[in-house]
Amino acid sequence: MGVTLPSAVIVRTLADTPIADLPALLVPALGETLAMVGIVMLVVVLAGTPTAVCLHNMAPGGLFENKAVYGVLSWIVNIGRSLPFLVLMAAIVPFTRFVTGTNIGIAAAVVPMSLAGIPFFARLVENCLREVPRSVTQAARASGGSPLQIIRSAQLGEAFPAILGGLTINTIAMIEYSAIAGTIGAGGIGYVAVTYGYQRFDQTVMIATVVLLIALVTAVQLLGDGLVRATTPHLRRR
Amino acid sequence: MISLKQLTKVYGRGPDAVTVLDRLDVEVASGEILAVVGPSGAGKSTLAQCINLLERPTSGQVVVNGEDLSGLPEHRLRVARRRIGTVFQSASLLSRRTAAENVALPLEYLGVTPAEAKARVAELLERVGLSHRAHHYPFELSGGQRQRVGIARALALRPSVLLSDEATSGLDPETTRSVVSLLRQLRDDLDLAVVFITHEMDTVLHVADSAARLDRGRIVEQGRLVDLLTDHDSALGRALQPRLSPADPGAGARAWHVTYDSRAVPADWLQRVSADLGEPAALLAATIQNIGGTSTGNATVGLVAPDAVRVEAAFARHGLRAVLRPTHHATRGTAPETPPAEPTLTTTRKEAALWA
Ligand SMILES: Nc1ncnc2c1ncn2[C@@H]1O[C@H](COP(=O)(O)OP(=O)(O)O)[C@@H](O)[C@H]1O
Ligand SMILES: [Mg+2]
Repeated sequence: MGVTLPSAVIVRTLADTPIADLPALLVPALGETLAMVGIVMLVVVLAGTPTAVCLHNMAPGGLFENKAVYGVLSWIVNIGRSLPFLVLMAAIVPFTRFVTGTNIGIAAAVVPMSLAGIPFFARLVENCLREVPRSVTQAARASGGSPLQIIRSAQLGEAFPAILGGLTINTIAMIEYSAIAGTIGAGGIGYVAVTYGYQRFDQTVMIATVVLLIALVTAVQLLGDGLVRATTPHLRRR
Repeated sequence: MISLKQLTKVYGRGPDAVTVLDRLDVEVASGEILAVVGPSGAGKSTLAQCINLLERPTSGQVVVNGEDLSGLPEHRLRVARRRIGTVFQSASLLSRRTAAENVALPLEYLGVTPAEAKARVAELLERVGLSHRAHHYPFELSGGQRQRVGIARALALRPSVLLSDEATSGLDPETTRSVVSLLRQLRDDLDLAVVFITHEMDTVLHVADSAARLDRGRIVEQGRLVDLLTDHDSALGRALQPRLSPADPGAGARAWHVTYDSRAVPADWLQRVSADLGEPAALLAATIQNIGGTSTGNATVGLVAPDAVRVEAAFARHGLRAVLRPTHHATRGTAPETPPAEPTLTTTRKEAALWA
């Protein structure tokens, strides 16, 4: 494992992996995927949330309206949003190598995934903030709040369930990206699916990875939905 | 006590500039409720935002207890704004916080200790009659209850001015009345200067001590409610009166529209006028009510007397003003008028309605 076979060498005669051997193959892969997505989501939330708050409040009518900075920030975010992940990943290889010292493996995957995830999350959160009625922010201002207090209690506080919903969408997108990153040897379920299932025509592994991905995405969605319900007073069972 | 001096708000610049508020002069003493009325788009919400300085006035002053707030830098403004409590339309509560937590918000921002805040919140909720709903979320409260929470929140920092922008709009009449009487109660107990902004004319009679009419950014009329309501020539006074649908005066009789034009109209004016004219006066429509100890209202009276000058004089003797309604329209009076979507305020439209 860990060595990518040149596709020309692949022959159809390779036998499928026995079912008994699947856990040994998939459990570490699942661990790698979770690690990749986990690290990326941490970075995404830490960087994407302030970006969204800035976007929202620099826009006309925001707490610190600033057309020029808003324009620049919005433009940067748009660039991040416009490249397909595969293209972005390939395009920033030099940058990735500069940051992590390598261009394969989990560390190398985390860089492009974060760069794709941050603007995605920023737009999702910006959208959530926009849904908070302006009068709520006005009421917080009238209550004597500082910009930080208003952002925390009125804006992020009110949008919190919606942001959790966005976080769920974003996490699932990152699971998908991690599979794409798998093709450049980043490890994880995607890597197993590509090297065994696709390149070696190993049906058993292919099906197993598909099932695992579906289960993973379903679990994330259920967890996300649960959190949204738990944080929305009128959806909570009391 | 709050006074606005030459308050002006201009949106946009150069050729696109729109003057939304044009040199307003308003003063509201402590313990007084001023109602600001005006049609949609008159600039009422802009006025509200300039009073609590969520929007900076383009020029002019907002003076609260002697201090001009309009020139303060943002961080000082945040402190100064605590002297003005604001009640918003539809309350604008935080949906994920309970009633008590919403009321605690300004205290939290101020950095009051949780124990102190808790005591203050309990006291405020008690004051607005919602102690039993302290731990309910906004979605579990009725519109009126949400508005009470909004009022309690506005009072959290012991302001001397209470500002309300359409706080009762969208509430049913019963709830409006209870919110309004709460505001009057609070005004008395806390000696607040209250600026009550609304487009609902009928609410004004129940809440205000004085009223100002805002139209296209100008205050076109302003005065004590009793004065407005007992002055025939006050367009605002007439606009504040409920609009009536008079009955048909009957064959040979004519309908007279009668308004109070004095504070000293005797309660039995109808009998007196009838006696003066020597004929029975038919009451076709009337609304009389007590505003601050003075009777005001308007009525439509049916009379046969042909001499208009004599009729006018008979009414004038008792502090009333009578105007003949055109006869060819009189039969229309029996059909109930459909209320306009927006209360009409401009003199011409009001006049048109009177003659309809
Ligand atoms: N931020 C703004 N920029 C430009 N024009 C505005 C702004 N806010 C309000 N206006 C204009 O000011 C006028 C008065 O609006 P508003 O104060 O909301 O009236 P009201 O509350 O009496 O209905 C309207 O014509 C509106 O279009
Ligand atoms: Mg308005």
